[in-house]
Amino acid sequence: MIQVNALGDACPIPVVKTKKAIEQLGGSGVVETLVDNEIAVQNLTKMANQKGYKVSSRKLAEKQYQVVMEIGEDVKEELKTEPKAPETVESETCIPDARANTVVAISSATMGEGDPELGKILIKGFIYALTQLDTLPKTILFYNGGAYLTCEESASLEDLKSLEAQGVQILTCGTCLNHYGLTDKLQVGEVTNMYVIAETMAGASKIIKP
Amino acid sequence: MNGKEEKIVFCKGGGCTAKLGAGLLSHVLEKLPKGPADENLLVGYDSKDDAAVYRISEDAAVVQTLDFFPPMVDDPYTFGKIAATNALSDIYAMGGQVKTALNIVCFPESMDLNILGEILRGGSEKVLEAGGTLAGGHSINDTDVKYGLSVMGMVHPDQIWSNNSGQPGDRLILTKRLGVGILCTANRVGEASKEAMEQAVASMTTLNRKASEIAARYRVHACTDVTGFGFLGHLHEMMDGRLSCRVDGAAVPIFPEAVHHANEFLLTAAGQKNRNHVGAYVTFEDSSFATEELLFDPQTSGGLLLAVDGKDAKELEKELQKAGLPAKIVGEVTEKTDMEIRVRGKVNGMT
Repeated sequence: MIQVNALGDACPIPVVKTKKAIEQLGGSGVVETLVDNEIAVQNLTKMANQKGYKVSSRKLAEKQYQVVMEIGEDVKEELKTEPKAPETVESETCIPDARANTVVAISSATMGEGDPELGKILIKGFIYALTQLDTLPKTILFYNGGAYLTCEESASLEDLKSLEAQGVQILTCGTCLNHYGLTDKLQVGEVTNMYVIAETMAGASKIIKP
Repeated sequence: MNGKEEKIVFCKGGGCTAKLGAGLLSHVLEKLPKGPADENLLVGYDSKDDAAVYRISEDAAVVQTLDFFPPMVDDPYTFGKIAATNALSDIYAMGGQVKTALNIVCFPESMDLNILGEILRGGSEKVLEAGGTLAGGHSINDTDVKYGLSVMGMVHPDQIWSNNSGQPGDRLILTKRLGVGILCTANRVGEASKEAMEQAVASMTTLNRKASEIAARYRVHACTDVTGFGFLGHLHEMMDGRLSCRVDGAAVPIFPEAVHHANEFLLTAAGQKNRNHVGAYVTFEDSSFATEELLFDPQTSGGLLLAVDGKDAKELEKELQKAGLPAKIVGEVTEKTDMEIRVRGKVNGMT
């Protein structure tokens, strides 16, 4: 395996460095590229898809992404010929990694209606269960009472941090934090606004609302 | 949409690739206080147009625009010419005439002042060529070089070309080749040929004046200039949510060598941002990867994109070509359909 460090490099340098590494491989193998922005992940993924390499990517930390390309024996031949023309465009959606474009929208600190104590236990269980899914959601949105779950004293912080570390975007509504006096207490993810919430929902392939 | 990454993205590639992403920008702009409406402000930034237009009398309106960016070529004189050509273009995209311009300069004090002199020389030459007067400017000490112009022009209030007033049946005409973003990117990593870069520079330093003046004799319904958001990004704004269009990929004028570099993935971050922003409004049929990339490619000092009456299009295309411009009819505006932009066919270029 060859590792490529393209942290701090602007496009197209990550692609150029990765191509050099693939040349160095001289055949099948794995190239792992580190970049610091998601657009670079997408440009690398685009190249891998065009070349027919198996590709996956994940977020390691803030401003640190890893893109892994597997160059198989069969694509070696193809490398010498023209780049593969894409069939149709539907496949060319540049999904940066394996996370499906599923959005989880959490609007309350409890789950379901009934005893609020039970509701708290259920939502904690639900968020834990999310961490165990084969395909993680792309984004989890927290608004209204849901804002309590990303703040100090939430029982789900550890699970949410684990999801974030795996590349799941955790977004909490800023107006809601403000309303409940939680602005200084956010512990995981980022603050967002209604435009982003609406846009995220509109762009989702699936929305899960517990 | 991508949280923190988006906020700091500022492609270091220079030129219009340095534009902030459209998605990000609209979030910010939407939140600004608007103040009371002024009926003389004919075009403001509600319409995402190329320049602001303010009516000062029944037959005169002022066109105002501002554009500046970091260098995308090494030669300061050439950079000055490109930045000025790009800034002046917004006036032409509104159908206006250039009157005055002010320099906007960011320059490190520690750098050789002759370089600044060369940048400004290039810029002032273009202002003169545009028929305008350089009337002043403002400069600040900064870590990186940036240059551009604030330009004032005039237009008759009844003859303003909005970017979103096209009509079904209009033909789309593009007056410059696409691919300068990809070529400049390839050049930065030493892959672009000298000839291709010369062609790209010639294109980026060609004023849209001639194209605008010729088009003014025809029934132009909408016009914009193709810059940072790429052909498809600007076309999307032109469709305005109420129109659709078909684009003939094979007709789109491009730099042939850019096709080669696109297939080598020498792509900008801004191009990918454009794809993220408008990709959902576009389908490609019988197309190619390079076609897609060229249509999303951010252009520095790109051409005019005109929506012109269907009956006038052939004549206008012919006259633009006769004037030496690589202009082509590239598509047709239709009533709104389920897909806003349909691209069919591949661009012609070297692979």
